[in-house]
Parts: sequence; structure tokens; C-alpha cells
Amino acid sequence: MKKIVILGLLLCIHHLATAQIDPELLRDPTRDTSRRQLNMDAVYGRPFIQVGKLPVAIGGYVEANYQYLGENGISEGHQFQMRRLSLFVSSSIAKRIKFLSEIEFEDGTKEINIEFASVDFEFAPLLNFRGGVVINPIGSFNQNHDGPKWEFVDRPFSSTQMLPDTWSNVGFGVYGKKYTNNWVYGYEAYFTNGFDASIISNQENKTFLPAAKENPERFEESFNGSPLLTGKFAVRNNKIGELGVSYMGGVYNKYKDDGLTLDRKRRVDIFAIDFNSTLPGSNTYINGEWAWVKVNVPPTYTEQFGRKQQGGFVDLVQPVLKRSIFGFEKSVVNVAVRLEYVDWNKGRFISTGDKIADELWSVVPAISWRPGSQTVLRLNYRINRQKDILGNPPFRSGGIQFGFSTYF
Amino acid sequence: MKKIVILGFVFLLVAGIIACEKIIPKAPGNDEILDGPVDGLTPEQNAIFLRGDIAFNDEVFTAQTGLGPLFVATSCGSCHAGDGKGHPFTMLTRFGQTDSTGNKFLHLGGPQLQHRAIPGYQFESIPAGATFSRFMPPANTGLGFLDAVPDATLLALADPNDVNGDGISGRPNWIPSASYIIYRPGTIERNGKYIGRFGKKAAVYDLMQQTANAYNQDMGVSSTYEHYDTYTGLETDPEISNKTVLDVIFYLRTLKAPVQRNQSDPDVITGKQLFVSISCSKCHTPQLQSGPSSIAAIANKTFFPYTDLLLHDMGTGLDDGYTEGSASTAEWRTPALWGLGLSKNSQGGNYFLLHDGRARGIEDAILLHGGEANQSKSSFKQLNATDKVRLLKFLESL
Repeated sequence: MKKIVILGLLLCIHHLATAQIDPELLRDPTRDTSRRQLNMDAVYGRPFIQVGKLPVAIGGYVEANYQYLGENGISEGHQFQMRRLSLFVSSSIAKRIKFLSEIEFEDGTKEINIEFASVDFEFAPLLNFRGGVVINPIGSFNQNHDGPKWEFVDRPFSSTQMLPDTWSNVGFGVYGKKYTNNWVYGYEAYFTNGFDASIISNQENKTFLPAAKENPERFEESFNGSPLLTGKFAVRNNKIGELGVSYMGGVYNKYKDDGLTLDRKRRVDIFAIDFNSTLPGSNTYINGEWAWVKVNVPPTYTEQFGRKQQGGFVDLVQPVLKRSIFGFEKSVVNVAVRLEYVDWNKGRFISTGDKIADELWSVVPAISWRPGSQTVLRLNYRINRQKDILGNPPFRSGGIQFGFSTYF
Repeated sequence: MKKIVILGFVFLLVAGIIACEKIIPKAPGNDEILDGPVDGLTPEQNAIFLRGDIAFNDEVFTAQTGLGPLFVATSCGSCHAGDGKGHPFTMLTRFGQTDSTGNKFLHLGGPQLQHRAIPGYQFESIPAGATFSRFMPPANTGLGFLDAVPDATLLALADPNDVNGDGISGRPNWIPSASYIIYRPGTIERNGKYIGRFGKKAAVYDLMQQTANAYNQDMGVSSTYEHYDTYTGLETDPEISNKTVLDVIFYLRTLKAPVQRNQSDPDVITGKQLFVSISCSKCHTPQLQSGPSSIAAIANKTFFPYTDLLLHDMGTGLDDGYTEGSASTAEWRTPALWGLGLSKNSQGGNYFLLHDGRARGIEDAILLHGGEANQSKSSFKQLNATDKVRLLKFLESL
């Protein structure tokens, strides 16, 4: 029922906005989103369209793809997927009070999530208050995840299968930025609802932080009454690039219920570092993220569930052709590659002293064509090697993916 | 120029799609993996096999779905990666029984140690005074064939009093029956007991008992078959459906028999001859015949498991002081050797052989044999280096 109401409201808003569309009235529909900003600006650095003097602007992106993937010789065949449709609505409530929301429909309508719905109060450049459903600023991908910004059909494994992607929670916090010549400094810090015990009790049979995303209750009730702290500091030099350092941590288990003690407090702590840069001369774009996860798993539990995890990705994107193609005047063709690694269980078996595996490597060569700054068509070839916890011969998977993603 | 680009792109796309089958990673050969169904299943049986496969390998229990509170593993597949042997990390511990009079530690959690627990619960420890043994999870493949061997075949292989004087005296483990057992055709009963054939001590009658026990004792999941909670000892509601249990049993019954590799290699052929000539084959019986079965694909088939499914005294070196059923503490059921060469692929690239994984290689395992196998072990030690390599190559080909 909730999904139907949300869908209905969005359709109404969208209809109201589009029913009177006259291209002359649209403001800033082709803004280049690749301009230099911090990752933490990504939610507002999107192309919105605004009709006339209406205080509301809307936007969104859509992505769909075809894929033919297989594992150890067995394929699921030809798959056509509508992975996401995201709708943004922003509004200037007053001169320095803003509202922004993002609602995402994933895999058709299998998942409908409010990813972001916050009100910002601007007190000073270095002090702004934000409250509502906020995206926890861990790493860079969580904040800067819009499909059109990436040359790859899949989101990075480390950002979806180790860290939860588009991980948002209800909470409050502050953020701010400072500009000095070529330098930009920014920070964010939020207290929000957080993880739950599903991170060590799930169908993945491993410590799996994204399992907490399955709990919609977190938008109205904290699992254990302990806030999750997320903080990030980022610095950018316009000639060098951006470096971000972030932390997210809190208690994930229900240690008390109805006043009775059930367990001791058990924490999850995550540290991440992210960077991006464009090499002068070659214009090679480098973007990466690495994260370390530490989970206090009960000593009564099996080693199947990792106490430490680590993983990340690095994308290299090289523009190779900039010219008019098929009448798209500012077309860019890129070749790219993504290198990924995730270790879901960093450590050694007590019984043998051998390394616990449970890890994945992936290489994804890609060709992308950007007919404009807001649209990308991309062809990927995925090569994955995933080892089980014992380090047995890896599952070999891979195949081709072709798709598009565009803001609208 | 533009047309050429368009044509080129379309050509690449079409060629890519046509070539899809070629560009996904290749399937390993049928003889390189242990999992997969036996040949000859009907489409209906294939569907049951797939359901069982998912329940066995993909279903992970959590506290919400019935795990524990005490447990050893969270899923069947955790202990049998790729349907192969387990790893020391997934080993079971059993304790509390020293002779055929039964387990004296049932009131203290015996026979199986649940050494893991969901948050907030305390796992079990071995009670003072209890002897114990650690059991490496076995491979699952070909179990349906072993299950379908008639009792009469096993009795024919047995020689409990060593009448033929060869020093080898295999005997069945006579065990009480579980209430839910459906007896296979030709089941033989003696004094209210039946022949066990599964487990390290052959203390399990069939795959239904094995499966229901594993859900209950390994994962703390109760069923209508085994409906006592391992933590409280009290009868509890089923936490898994009969249908799922039966699907898993069907899956285990219809997993293919391991396929021998390099059968035409002269060293392997000679190695097999040596295996027979030094009497390893007297316990590790190369060939058995299944009897009637409700699954046509496994009924009345000849297969090559290298086991007689009987108990043999393996000497003091392998006597842990723990037993099950009517077996003595030094007696072990002959493990099937099929799939031996693929064991490393489910044990993290290493060998962990014998009942508790103490042998780190096939030669190690041979040299740790004792009791009834002493003569064969001595014969192996006397082989020249070349013949030892041939014998080991044969065993690795299984």
C-alpha cells in the first residue's frame, strides 16, 4: 500500500511538472555534472529541471541493460534488466532552507526506497544542519552513485556486497565547506539509525553489512537505540584531485530488550578512503575507494562470519575520442577498466592457521560512449573469480553487459 | 564513414551475442567436479534434484529461521563445499560412548558437541570424563548408490570371525532403528537391530536418518523426524518442512558417482593392480551392485566406490576411545575412496584425510592405517618408489 501511495504521489508530481513543459521554460537542463565538486556534493550536483518560477525542481535518472553472464559454464541466458529509475525532487523552502529527496525504484518495482529526503538549514558555509533521511557518507560511492556518472553497468562489489550501497538512514547532522584558492575542504557528520543483527545472521552466510538494508523498520525505529555515527572529511585541489577519509561506526546488536540484558554491546566500525583525479595531459580519470570493516562477532559464533573485511575498487577512464558522432556534437568515447577486490573474511582459521579466503577479484574492461554529459551507453566485459571461505578453486564467472544510463 | 561505423557496431553486437556461449567461463569437466546429478533422471526428478540442491547448498539458517540456539554450521553446504569432503574448520566432535552399551553422556549434550551458539547463548563443552572423536564431513557424491546396496551384499562381504584367515574381519554395525525409517527392500533385522552403513562408525541406517540428524544436530533445526531441541532437550515445533527434508534426501540420493580420471594411464592401471595385490581391496571393495530402488537411475547398477561399508579394527593408533552403535572404539567403517583425488578441491587445496583429517596426504593416510590393515601397510612400505608413485597415482585418479 505504501508503495502505491508513493508511486501515486510521484506520478502526480511528475505529471504536474511535465504537463506544462515548454522547453523554453526549462532551466539548466543540460548542466555538465562532471564539473569539479566534492563527492559529498553529489546529491545536489545533479541536473534538475525547474519550470518557470516554481520553487520545485525535479530530475532523475534511469538505467537499463542487457547481459549474458555465466558461472563455471552455466549461464542464466540472455537477460534484459531495468535496474533503476530514480526520481529527485528539490525545493527551496526559504532562501537558506532547502529540501531534497530521491526515490529509487530498483529492478522494476521490486524495491522502492526513499534514498534521500532531507531538509538543509544553511547557517554559514562551514555550518549547515541537515536532517531527515540522509545518505551516510562512507566512502565515495555511497554518495556519488548515480548511474550516468559511471562507465560500468554494475556497481562496485565492495560498495554493494561489502559496504551497503545507497545506505541511508534517518538522522541529523552538520556539514560544511571552505574554499581557498584551488583548495576545497569539506566535512560531514551525522547521527542516524544504523545496522542490526542481520549483518551476522543472513542468507549470504557471511558477515554482510548490506543485509541491514533489508530492514525497512530502520526508518522509524532504531534496532537497538544506539546511534550510528558517520563522519567524513574531504579535501580537493583543483589541479590534483580529491581525497576523502570517512568513518562509520556503532553498535549493531540488540543488547537489551524491555530492560533485560540479552548480550554485550557489539560494534561495527568502518574506515574508508577515497580519491579521484584527472591526470593532466592524458585526461585519464582515476577514481577509487578502499574500505576496512571491523565487526565484533560473538566468540560463540562460527568463523564463517568474518571479524574483519576489506575491499575496494579503482576505475581508470581514458577518453579516446571527442567529436561529433551521429549528430551528437559533444560526444566522448572512453575506454575504461575497473579493478575490484573484496575480502569478506580477513583472518586465519583457528584450526589450521591457514588463510581464510572468502574473497573476490574482478576486472571489467569497458567501452563507453557519452553522446552528452548526462548520458552514457556502455559495453562491459566482466571477469570475476570468487573463492569460498576455504580457498577452494574459484568460481569463474563473467560475460558481457550492455546498457545505458541517463539523467532526465 | 558513418554507415561503416553503424554496420561495424551492429556486427560487433550481433557477433557478441552469438558468441556469448563462447565467452563465458568454461564449465569444468564432469570428472573434475563432484556435484551434478546421476544420468537418467526424469524431468520431474531433475526438478526435485534442483530444489534439493538449493536447500542443501544455498539455504542458510539464521536464528529467525531455526538455527540453533546451539549449532555446528549454518547450512549443509558449509560442511560439504562442492559436495566434497569437509575441512578442519567444519569438523564435528562426538563424545560420551566407549562401548556397545550406549552413550553415558546423553544428559550432558551427547553424542554431538554443538560448539557454536547464536548470540546470547553459551556453546557446549566436552564434559569431564567423556572420551571424544572428531569427524571430518564426508563427500556426498554417490550416496544413493551406497544406500541402494542390499543388506545381503554387505553380509556376504562380512567375515566377522576371519574364517578365511586373511587377517581381515569386516562386520556390520547393528544399530537400533529410528522411528521414521522406511526400510529398503531386503532389509535384514537381527534382535530388533538393523545394519548401519553411513557415518564414520556406520551408525546411521539411511540417508533419511542422516539428513534429519544433520539438520537437528549440526544446525539445531528440528523437523517432524527429529523434533527435540538440542539446547533444551524438549520437543519443539518443526523448523523445516518435510518437503524440504525429502527434497534434500532426493538430492543426496541422486548425486552422481565420482568419475575416475586418467583410467588409461599405464601408471594408473598398474597402480590399481598393486592396490589389489597388497590387499587394500579387501576392505576398499572396488565394485558393488545396487539393488532395487524407487529411482530407476540408481537401481541395479554396478558402481566403483572402493568400500565394503563394514567395520574394521584399525588399531590403537586410530582408536580415539569413542564409538557408536555396536562398533568398538578401534573400529571404523571403510570410507569410500571414490572422489579421493578431488578431495583437495573441497578442502582448500590441501588433503585432510582419515576420520579426523590428521593425514595430510594419501601416503600419510596409508601409513596411519593399523589393525586389520597392518599387513597391507607393510606391503605398501615394501613397494619400490616407482610402484608407490603408481599406487598413489591410481588413488588420486579416483
